[in-house]
Amino acid sequence: MAANTKETGKEPLFHIVKRTDLPMWKSWLIRIGAVVASLIICAVIIILLTGDNPIQIYGTMVKGAVGSPRRIWALLQGVAMLLCIALAVTPAFKMRFWNIGAEGQVLMGGLGATACMILFGKTLPAPLVLVLVIVVSIICGAVWGLIPAIFKAFWNTNETLFTLMMNYIAIQIVSYFTYIWSSNKGNNVINTINVDTHAGWLELPPSIDKYGYMLNVIIVGALTVLMYFYLKYSKQGYEISVVGESENTAKYAGINVKKVIIRTMIISGALCGVAGMLLVSGTDHTITPNTAGGRGFTAIMVSWLAKFNPLFMVLTSLLIVFMQKGAQEISTVFGLNNSFSDIITGIIIFFIIGSEFFINYSIKFRAKEVEAK
Amino acid sequence: MDNNIAVSLRHITKAFGSKVVANKDVSMDIHEGEILALLGENGSGKTTLMNMLSGIYRQDSGQIYVHGSEVHITSPKDAYDLGIGMIHQHFKLVDVFTATENVALGMDKKTTGSYKDLTKAITEICDRYGFDIDPKQKVYNMTVSQKQTLEIVKTLYRGANILILDEPTAVLTPQETDKLFAVLRNMKADGKSIIIITHKLNEVLAISDRVAILRKGEYIGDVLTSEATVQSLTEMMVGQKVELDIERPEVEDKQLRLTVDHLTCLDKYGVTALDDVSLEAYGGEILGIAGISGSGQKQLLEAIAGLQAAEAGASIQYINPDTGKREELIGKSVTQIKKLGVALSFVPEDRLGMGLVGAMGMADNMMLRSYKKGRSMFTDRKAPRELALKVKEELEVVTPGIQTPVRRLSGGNVQKVLVGREIASDPTVLMAAYAVRGLDINTSYTIYHLLNEEKKKGTAVIYVGEDLDVLLALCDRIAVLCDGKLNGIVDGRTATKEEVGELMTHLKGKEATA
Amino acid sequence: MIAAFIHRAVMQGVPLLFGATGEIVTEKSGNLNLGIPGVMYVGGISGVIGAFLYENSLADKSQANGFLAIMIPLVCCLLGSLLMGLIYSFLTTTLRANQNVTGLAITTFGVGLGNFFGGSLIKIVGADVPSITLSTTSKFFSASLPFADNLGWFGEIFLSYGFLAYLAVVIAIVTSLFLKKTRTGLNLRAVGENPATADAGGISVTKYKYLATCIGSMIAGMGGLYYVMDYVSGVWSNDGFGDRGWLAIALVIFTVWKPNFAIIGSILFGGLYIVHNYLNQFFPAIPVNMSTQELIKMAPYVVTVLVLIINSMRKKRENQPPEALGLPYFREDR
Repeated sequence: MAANTKETGKEPLFHIVKRTDLPMWKSWLIRIGAVVASLIICAVIIILLTGDNPIQIYGTMVKGAVGSPRRIWALLQGVAMLLCIALAVTPAFKMRFWNIGAEGQVLMGGLGATACMILFGKTLPAPLVLVLVIVVSIICGAVWGLIPAIFKAFWNTNETLFTLMMNYIAIQIVSYFTYIWSSNKGNNVINTINVDTHAGWLELPPSIDKYGYMLNVIIVGALTVLMYFYLKYSKQGYEISVVGESENTAKYAGINVKKVIIRTMIISGALCGVAGMLLVSGTDHTITPNTAGGRGFTAIMVSWLAKFNPLFMVLTSLLIVFMQKGAQEISTVFGLNNSFSDIITGIIIFFIIGSEFFINYSIKFRAKEVEAK
Repeated sequence: MDNNIAVSLRHITKAFGSKVVANKDVSMDIHEGEILALLGENGSGKTTLMNMLSGIYRQDSGQIYVHGSEVHITSPKDAYDLGIGMIHQHFKLVDVFTATENVALGMDKKTTGSYKDLTKAITEICDRYGFDIDPKQKVYNMTVSQKQTLEIVKTLYRGANILILDEPTAVLTPQETDKLFAVLRNMKADGKSIIIITHKLNEVLAISDRVAILRKGEYIGDVLTSEATVQSLTEMMVGQKVELDIERPEVEDKQLRLTVDHLTCLDKYGVTALDDVSLEAYGGEILGIAGISGSGQKQLLEAIAGLQAAEAGASIQYINPDTGKREELIGKSVTQIKKLGVALSFVPEDRLGMGLVGAMGMADNMMLRSYKKGRSMFTDRKAPRELALKVKEELEVVTPGIQTPVRRLSGGNVQKVLVGREIASDPTVLMAAYAVRGLDINTSYTIYHLLNEEKKKGTAVIYVGEDLDVLLALCDRIAVLCDGKLNGIVDGRTATKEEVGELMTHLKGKEATA
Repeated sequence: MIAAFIHRAVMQGVPLLFGATGEIVTEKSGNLNLGIPGVMYVGGISGVIGAFLYENSLADKSQANGFLAIMIPLVCCLLGSLLMGLIYSFLTTTLRANQNVTGLAITTFGVGLGNFFGGSLIKIVGADVPSITLSTTSKFFSASLPFADNLGWFGEIFLSYGFLAYLAVVIAIVTSLFLKKTRTGLNLRAVGENPATADAGGISVTKYKYLATCIGSMIAGMGGLYYVMDYVSGVWSNDGFGDRGWLAIALVIFTVWKPNFAIIGSILFGGLYIVHNYLNQFFPAIPVNMSTQELIKMAPYVVTVLVLIINSMRKKRENQPPEALGLPYFREDR
C-alpha cells in the first residue's frame, strides 16, 4: 500500500518520562523554587497595580502579618484554624478518599456548638455546657463525614461529588438556624451568645490570654502532634496508608477496607467538628453560614502541598495565612480590594502544584539526534 | 516463504527509569504474509518491544522501518496510519460503547460513513473471517472472547496489515483458542503479517511459521517453526541448557497439613476458574502446582489464604501441627484464619500490587502481616526494623536503606523482601506463586534454597511455577491444573517434562484440543 | 402569577444551565473542573470590564451601538473564561497536577479576581453603594423578544428573556447532539471514559482535554455574563453571584451528564432557588417564613445527593460519571 510507506511525523523534540529516584532535597529545592518564583510574579503584579517598590511592599506585607502582638496572634489564630481543618482532611486523603466536604463538616460542628450554647446556656451550669459543646460538635462533624463514607464503602458512591454537595446542605442548615435563632427576628444575625455568662465559651482568663486566641493555638498545636503520631506510628494510621496505596494489598494484609474507610471518615469529620467548635465556642461565639469562610477548601490545598505530613502543614498553612494577611495589609495601605489576597493565594498554589510535575517527571530532549541528521 | 519485509527494527533500546532495561539493541524483521511468534519468558521484553511498534512507548534509541522507509511512530495513530494494529492484553475498549462505536473511535466520518455503513462493514469483516459479534452490543455485556474478537475486527477495519496480538490465548478457553487460530490462518491467507506474543511453546508450534526469541530484553535469533522443536525453542528461550542444580532434600517425617476438597471458585467475571479440585499438602514436602497461566492457580492459593470465596460444597482444612486439630478455613477472613493459629504465609504473584506496599520502605513492609500484634494502639517499630535489617543482610537485598520505598528496588530485591518477610513468620504452610518470575539465576537459587530450608523445617510448601525444569527439580509432587481442573498429580522425581506438559494441555478423558 | 414564577425560575436557571453545560463538556473529557465557580465569576467580571470600558468610551450613552454593546462584553467574557480554562488545562493535563486541588485553587483565584476587579471598578466610579451599574449595555442584553408583552402568559413564559437565555438552551441542545451524534463527541466521551483506549484509537487525548476544558469554561463563563448583564440588570456587586457555580456542578450530577436534561433541570433548580418567594402567594394557608426558605434552598443539593446515591446503587453503566473522571493520563504509565 502506497499510503503506508510515507514518513510519519517528525522526530519529536523531547519526550516525558516518569522518574522515581529524585532525592528528597532536590524535590524540596524545586518546591521552594516554585514559591520564590510565585513571589516574584506576585511582586510584578503588585508593582503593576501600585507602582511602588516591591521591597517596600513586601515590607508592608510582613508588617501586616506580624507587625504587632495583636497581629501576630491573629496570624497564629488563622494558621491554627486552617491547620486544624487541614489535619482533619489528611487521614482521608492518605486513604485516597477525596473529602472536599470539610467546609460542611466544620459548619456542622460549629452548629452543634452553637445549639448547645443557645439551648442550654441559660439552664445548665457553664462547665457542663462546655462539655456538651465539645461532645456535640464533635459528633455533628463526625456524622457529616460518616454519611458519604458509608455510601463510598458499600456502594462506591463518588465521594468527591458527595462531600461537595454535603457542604451546601450544611450551609443551608446553618442559614436556617441563623434565622431561627437570630437575635432580632428576621435580621439573620445571631449576636454574641451568652455574652454575660460565657456559658460554653472555650477560653482562658484574659490575664493569660489577652487576645483570646491562645487556647485555640494550643489545642491545634497538640492536635498536630497527635495527628503526626497517629498517622505515622499507630496501627490505624498504618492501615490508612495501606488502604490508600492498594486495596488489594490491604485485603491481603487482612485489613477490613470498609471499616477503615468509615472509621477514618469519622475521625476526619470529628476533627472538622473540633475546628467548628473552636471557631464558634473559642473565638466567634456566634455562627454564620460563612463561619468556615472557605477554609475547608484552602485546607485541602494546605494538606496536599505538605504531602500529607502534619508537620509540613504547619509551614504550608503559615505560608498561605501569612500571604493572605500580608495581602490584606497591602490592599488597605495601597487602597486595593480585599480580595487581592485570594489572587495571591491562587498564584502561589498554581506555582506549587505546577512544580510537582518537575518532581515526578523529567523531560528528555533529543537535541543530539536532531543535530545528527 | 514470502521474503518481502514488512517491518524492520534496528538497534531498539528502551529503558524504564534508570534501573530496568526492557529492550537492549534489538534488531529483527517481520515478513509479509507470515505468522511470527515472538517467544520469550515473562519479563523478556516482548510486550515492550511491540508497544514501541504500536506507538504506546517511544524507544530511547534505534530505528523502525516499515516497508523499507524509516518511520517515527510517536502515537498509536501513527501506527494505524502505517497499517500496524495491536491487540493488547488489557483490551482497549470503552465499556459503555457499542461494538460499532468502539470501531468508530478516532475515525473520520468521511472514511467510515454513517454508523449504518460501519455496521455493514463490520458484518462483512465478520463474515469474511468467521467472527461472531453483534455490532449493537455494549462492550460491558460481552464475554472476554467477544471483546478480543471486537479488538481484532477493529484493527482489521482500520486496514491494519500488520497485526500484533499480545498473549491472545491467555484469556481464552481451548475451543476459543482454536477458533482464534483458524481466524489468524484466514488472515494470513489474506496476506497479512501477524505477530503473536506468547510464552507457550505448544501454541508457537501450532500456529506460527517462524519464531523469534527474546531473552532478558535481547534478541536471540529466529528459527522456522517447521525446523523447531520444543527442546530447541526452550533452549533459545532460557539460554544454553542450564543444568538445574537444585537440591531436593529428603524429609522422612511427612505430616498431613492441609486438605482441599471439592474446591470450586469463580473468577471476577463469574466464570468458573477452579473446578472441583481436591488435593493434600504435607509438611516437609514441596507441592508444585503446574499449569498454563490462568488455569486457576491464583484462585487456589487465594482460597486457601482466605481471599477468594469458594462455591458451596468445598472444604479446606488445616491440621494444627501441635494439637492435631482440624480447622475449616472456608468462609473465614484473613484475620480469622490468623486467629485460629494457622501459620500461613503467602507470596502472591503480584508483588507490589498485593504482597507489598510500594511506597513504604522495607521496615514498614515487614509489619504488613503482623502489625496487629499486641494490644498497644501503636505499632511496634523495633521488631520490623530489626527484621528488615536481618532480611537485608541474610538475603543480600540491595537497597539504599530500609526506609527506601520498595517500589524503587529492582524486581529481584523486591521479591527477596517479600519472601524474607513471609518466611520470617515461621509458617507451617508456605505458598509461593511464581516466586522466581523475572529474577536472575542467582536470586532464583536463593529463593529455591529458602524454600528447601522451610521444607526441612517441616513446613508444607506449595509452589506455583511456570518453568517445568524447575518444578521437576525442586518439587516432591506436582499437581497439574488444566482449565481449572486437577488433571493429575505426578511424582517430581520420576515424572518427565513431556508427561507434565501433556497434563497441562490436554484434559484427561477428553479429545485432544489442538 | 404562575407565569411570573416560571419566568423568574428560568431567569435563575440560565446561569446554572450555562455552568452545567460547560462542566458537562469538561467532565466528558475526564477533567473534573471544580474551578467552574471561579470561571463563572471571571466570565462575569470580564464582561463587566468590557461593558465598563465601552460605556466610558461613549460621550453620550444614548448613542450606544447595540452590536458593540453586546459584542465587547461577550468577547471579554469569553477571553476571560478561556484564560481560566487554559490555566486549568495546563496544570492538570500538561503538568498532570491533581485536578481537585487545581480546581479549588481556580475557584479561589477566580472569585478573588472577580471581587478584586469588581471592587476596583466600584472605587473608580466612586459610587455610594458597593456596586457598579452598567444599565446602558445591560439594556441590550436583557431586551426580550418582540411581542413578548402582547401575548400574555405565553409571552411571559417563552418570549420574555434576553438573547443569552435562548443561547443557553441552544448551546445545551447542540452540546447534547454533539455528544450523542457526532464522531468528535464520541471521541470526547471515549477520552473521559478510557483515555488509554482513546489514545490507542488515534485520538489526541491532550488536544481533546484542552479543547473540552477551554470550550467548557467559555460556556460556563457566559453564565456569569448572563447573571450580571441580564439577571441583575448590569449591577455588579461583590459576591453577588453566590454559590451558583456549585449549584451548576450539582446540576451536572443531577442530570447524569446529559445537557438536554439540564435544560429542564436548570429551571427546576432555579425554581427551587426562588420558590419561597412564591409559596405564600401559591398557598396562603401555609405560612412560609424566612427560615423555611433556607431549607427549601437546600433541596437542589439534597436531590443531587439522592441521584448520586441511587445511581451508584443501581450501577447502570450509562448513568455513571465518566470512568476516568479526575484521573490524570500518562501514556507510559504501567
